[in-house]
Amino acid sequence: MAWVNDVIQGILLGGLYALFAAGLSLIFGVMRLVNLAHGDLSLLAAYAALLIVGPLDINPFLSVFLVMILVAIFGYVLQRGFLNFALEDDPMPTILATFGLSIVIQNLLLEVFSANSMGLDAGAIETQALKITDQISIGWFPLITLVTSVVVLFALQLYLSRTRMGRAFRATSDNQEAAQLMGIDNRHLYGLAMAIALGIVAIAGVFLGIRTTFNPSVGPARLIFAYEAVIIGGLGSVWGTLVGGMLLGVAQTIGAHLDPGWGVLAGHLLFLAVLVLRPRGLFAKQVQA
Amino acid sequence: MSPRPLRIERQTRASRIGLPAAIVIVAVAASLPLWGSSNLMKTGVTFLTLVALAQMWNLLAGYAGLLSVGQQAFVGIGAYGVWALAEKAGVHPFVAVPLAGLVAAAFALPTAGLTFRLRGGYFAVGTWVVAEVFRLLVINIGWLGGGSGASITSVGRIARDTREAAVYWLALGVAFGAVLLVYLILRSRGGLALAAIRDDETAAAGLGVNTVRSKLGVYLLSAFGCGATGAVIYLNLLRVQPEGAFSLNWSALMIFTVVIGGVGTIEGPILGALIFFGLQQLLSDYGSWYLVLVGTIAAVSAVFAKQGLWGVLNRRWALELFPVRRRVDLDSDTNLAAAEPNPDSTSPPDRSTGAPPAEGPPVATAPPHESTQKG
Repeated sequence: MAWVNDVIQGILLGGLYALFAAGLSLIFGVMRLVNLAHGDLSLLAAYAALLIVGPLDINPFLSVFLVMILVAIFGYVLQRGFLNFALEDDPMPTILATFGLSIVIQNLLLEVFSANSMGLDAGAIETQALKITDQISIGWFPLITLVTSVVVLFALQLYLSRTRMGRAFRATSDNQEAAQLMGIDNRHLYGLAMAIALGIVAIAGVFLGIRTTFNPSVGPARLIFAYEAVIIGGLGSVWGTLVGGMLLGVAQTIGAHLDPGWGVLAGHLLFLAVLVLRPRGLFAKQVQA
Repeated sequence: MSPRPLRIERQTRASRIGLPAAIVIVAVAASLPLWGSSNLMKTGVTFLTLVALAQMWNLLAGYAGLLSVGQQAFVGIGAYGVWALAEKAGVHPFVAVPLAGLVAAAFALPTAGLTFRLRGGYFAVGTWVVAEVFRLLVINIGWLGGGSGASITSVGRIARDTREAAVYWLALGVAFGAVLLVYLILRSRGGLALAAIRDDETAAAGLGVNTVRSKLGVYLLSAFGCGATGAVIYLNLLRVQPEGAFSLNWSALMIFTVVIGGVGTIEGPILGALIFFGLQQLLSDYGSWYLVLVGTIAAVSAVFAKQGLWGVLNRRWALELFPVRRRVDLDSDTNLAAAEPNPDSTSPPDRSTGAPPAEGPPVATAPPHESTQKG
């Protein structure tokens, strides 16, 4: 029964990972950009929530909306004011620029907020759980996270497949030049993609802050988990990313069950195994890295 | 018009001055233990190992297009390698330094088997994941000291003066060795293959360059260099801990140094190391602010000054110190460049490194300088 519980907790954790991964996947799909600062930007959102929650005296859940908008605006400005200039066939400039950004954010947070761990207090809901059997209980908060994740991914999918802007995203993803010739302003589009990606990862960052404590050095691990979820699930597949996140979560909880030191390691090993056996992921579309 | 023999030149005016200057600098640096203080030697080790690491990252990214953010894996393996060899196998710690490099290269082989399946940004994060795996494995292996690390006690038994001088000379050795290694690779046939891969991988493969073998070779050499350098760094620190030895900061150090100095040149990482090191010392009272500053400079120059500071200086004043690029020597006023195809497509004649404009004809057919430097 303990194993069943591990799998359930892993799946719930996977919801959070998918939330981290969705934005990473989106911007790679639209502009072939791998954002190495993705994890640190989510952490930036968690710290923003920390700053908002205190003075406004609101529940962290409510702060999500405000933080999301702030981080999305930041993303748009970052893309149009800086990263757009780095986009070219050669991936080197974007990788170096976002790596630099990652280190800058980490160290800025370190200087401003110190290395102490902090957390967002969402009240009683953090610890309440739905008891199913003696050994299996589902925490309300992890459940809310998973539901949020599914809703966000569903909304993203709808946006990409049903709206005019979503069509522009897909067109640019298929062929940037042809899309541009059809009158798509790709600079604005890229800005918008980054805004959406960071808006989503802001939710993930705030949820992370409610779930556990955080400090300025945990951003890179978030990027790595998100990236592993994307690769395990397969590039270009929204629901693949969700499944990838869940598999990663299950591997981590089972690993941690065997030995507390093996949790994260087990996730990495699953990722490497997928890389060996199915380099294009489990649910890859035709898009290739 | 009968064809005149063309001379292919690598030397530049700067490089003719460069060689004797380099000999003098190395000689002065090598004599430092005779006159310098213990503190100065420690500072010297920090700087020289930075030069070595930067050269190794530049070899990967600047010449083979392999953008790794996981070279800390090999720094860490080198550190633990020198510890294991010295403490557990009883090898003399100074002899263990090159052996630790070999250990790192041995681990790099399976790593390449995994990460070479990925491209571009995904390769970058893939190398990082592998570095994390090594860190977590070390933490979980009690024999290696686990999370709290291990001390290199055998080197501590050597008399302090001897030890400090020897570690300093080892650091000078890895820095000098790294520069020499990159220089010799670039002068070799393999270096031409690398330049071709850097400019256009598909075209290089079409011309018969074995791109996978070239890249793998560079990856293993870079792992060797990072491993040996990691060994020297930790012989200086005397205590190895997984969090420090496998820290992402090693990658930040290498990448920022190279990007600020100039990717794809030998001079760039040296100049970058001077700047990085200078800022680090200057801002040492302000915690991690130097990383904020250096990171910002690196991110901005990665986008707006892709060739780094050395690229800017070289274009302005033709300062190539290491003669690695071939040029057609143009000394008559006939338009030879138009009549004769460029013998080395990857290193076109470079206006800035040739004769002064007043003496030679303008090289109208030379491709823009940028194409030769693109990495």
